[in-house]
Amino acid sequence: MTRYILGRFAQALGVLWAAYTVTFVVLYLLPSDPVALQLGAAGIETDKLSPAELHTAMARYGLDRPILEQYFSDLWGFLRGDLGESIAKQEPVTALLGERLGPTLTLTVTAGVLALLGGTALAYLASYVRWRPARLFLTRLPSFGASFPQFFIGLLLIQFLSFNLGLLPATGTYGWKSLVMPAITIAILAASQLAQVLMRSFDDTLSQPYVATARAKGLSRAAVQWHHGFRNALLPAMTILGILVGLTVTSAIVAETVFSRNGIGKLAQESVLAQDVPVVLAIVTIAAAIFVFVNLVVDLLYPLLDPRIVHGQRKAVA
Amino acid sequence: MALSVSTEPKNLQPTSAGPVDVGPPAAGPAAATSAGPGGLGTTGGTEAPGTSGLAAISAIPGEELVDDTEPGGRRAGLVASLRTLGSKPGFVLAVLFIVFVAVTAFAPGLFTSRGPFDTAPADRLVSPSFDHLFGTDEIGRDLWTRMLYGSALTIKAALIALAIAVIVGLALGVLSGFCGGFVDALLMRVVDVLLAIPALLMALAIVTALGFGTVPVAIAVGVGIMPGFARITRAEVLRIKTLPYVEASRAGGASWLRVLLTHVLPNSWGPVAVLAVLDTGVAIIYIASLSFLGFGAAPPAAEWGTLISAGRNYLVTAPWVSLLPGLFVAATVLSLNHISKTLQERGR
Repeated sequence: MTRYILGRFAQALGVLWAAYTVTFVVLYLLPSDPVALQLGAAGIETDKLSPAELHTAMARYGLDRPILEQYFSDLWGFLRGDLGESIAKQEPVTALLGERLGPTLTLTVTAGVLALLGGTALAYLASYVRWRPARLFLTRLPSFGASFPQFFIGLLLIQFLSFNLGLLPATGTYGWKSLVMPAITIAILAASQLAQVLMRSFDDTLSQPYVATARAKGLSRAAVQWHHGFRNALLPAMTILGILVGLTVTSAIVAETVFSRNGIGKLAQESVLAQDVPVVLAIVTIAAAIFVFVNLVVDLLYPLLDPRIVHGQRKAVA
Repeated sequence: MALSVSTEPKNLQPTSAGPVDVGPPAAGPAAATSAGPGGLGTTGGTEAPGTSGLAAISAIPGEELVDDTEPGGRRAGLVASLRTLGSKPGFVLAVLFIVFVAVTAFAPGLFTSRGPFDTAPADRLVSPSFDHLFGTDEIGRDLWTRMLYGSALTIKAALIALAIAVIVGLALGVLSGFCGGFVDALLMRVVDVLLAIPALLMALAIVTALGFGTVPVAIAVGVGIMPGFARITRAEVLRIKTLPYVEASRAGGASWLRVLLTHVLPNSWGPVAVLAVLDTGVAIIYIASLSFLGFGAAPPAAEWGTLISAGRNYLVTAPWVSLLPGLFVAATVLSLNHISKTLQERGR
């Protein structure tokens, strides 16, 4: 078991390193002229500089070094927690992220909780209801929710809740009232994805022999679904937790832009617009790290929650 | 769907139909060769009814009674197909809407007499009417017209993205599933890494590197959604590789390349097609999102996302400027989702 855990840790680190490298390659090797791209972010037009000035400017941002040296020094920085310096804002990336971490964390956690509760409740209800029209409606709801672009959901909410009803502020970063609409915007998509997986899982679980046995013992349908179905149906859905968290993190980019919240998502949008390469690299890597971490935790927890996996593992080792 | 409907009777009665009437060209060689060993071809279909997208679709009542080659046979099949369609009005509606959107993408001028940049200073922010279906924007441009010209950009971007995702994903998946061993392990690790970076963020990184505009956004989204195709193609290839007709074909002396082209590829495209329809919707959402965030085509050209974004400033006074185009996008994606879902359910 220890070997399994260590192996999974090593694998997670490997994936993370590779994700960093892929992003680095995309950002530093794909552009036709990476130097012009990056100096452009600092407001310097490379064609108007004399060769000497250009050289100073490149040295200022460490762009005169060979690409491999840049890669290794950046990677070493990441390992020590130094994410480099924003070219457009002339500030350390860690400081930029630190300033904006709070609002984004509040938003994504709230949205995540909303999505988990909403998605689970919807799937639970959809597999409990027997009246055909209601069931059809409930099972179609997730694909409906997933079809609306998030920025559009956000605009609809602003239109109805802020402008028509005047209940909530349309934009802003502080106070719980400004949190409600962006959180709902993010949660709808994540909840839809979760509900789709859970509904299928409920279908599988409720057709298992032990469910038939429980029903034959005389338990009501409600009791069977709650005591026998629910926890077993939740297990397979755990595997998409990583995807859901990734979705919530990326959704924050759109939601924070729509609602003008000063978080990391808005920073991501601004940085791409300014082509601020170090900030984009940092944000993509952090998002990948979150995804890898959540998947690692799920992988390690899964055998504890579902003992059948452990037995399979032992057999495989033996 | 047409593919499976016409090939299935051959599997049921391999002697009478024979390889004479090969239907669509893609299905031709596969059906002809698999009809050769007869029994093997049919067991392949019945063994995996749950996962095979192709074999299960064809169970339309009446289809087996009339041979395709008899006079009226095709018509009977057509009537049965129409009846099935008639019981799914939502599906028909979705297909019609997608056809409409596709037509607007290639000939936006068909449905409007105005130009996308025609301004009418007197008609600023006019609310929707028969004259202006979607109303007008802040400088009097007709939004319906701009939306239609927007689909030219957005749909083409979605098609580019999809082409990249399908071609690269299919190549990776086939290579991985077919070679197995080290190549498989290596390619799947690469796909794992790409999956670890959320698609939208991958797209953002690529847009940062390539710059803004419709084509960079399309490339970025294509790369972002590609890993899913690699995964599903590999799974299908692995499944089909073990089926008896592949073994029979190999035993008959066919090279792996021939097996790949005539058996594996034609039989594995079902789930890939379903994913492709679904991911067209996903690609449209991503493309609209990226252009909403400001990375799309430069003004005055307007993609769907740009239009919606531009209308944000007038949400209080003229909500239709943002909301109607948004609804149009949602309807498009919803239609694609519905089509994909129906195909998937029919495939089960």
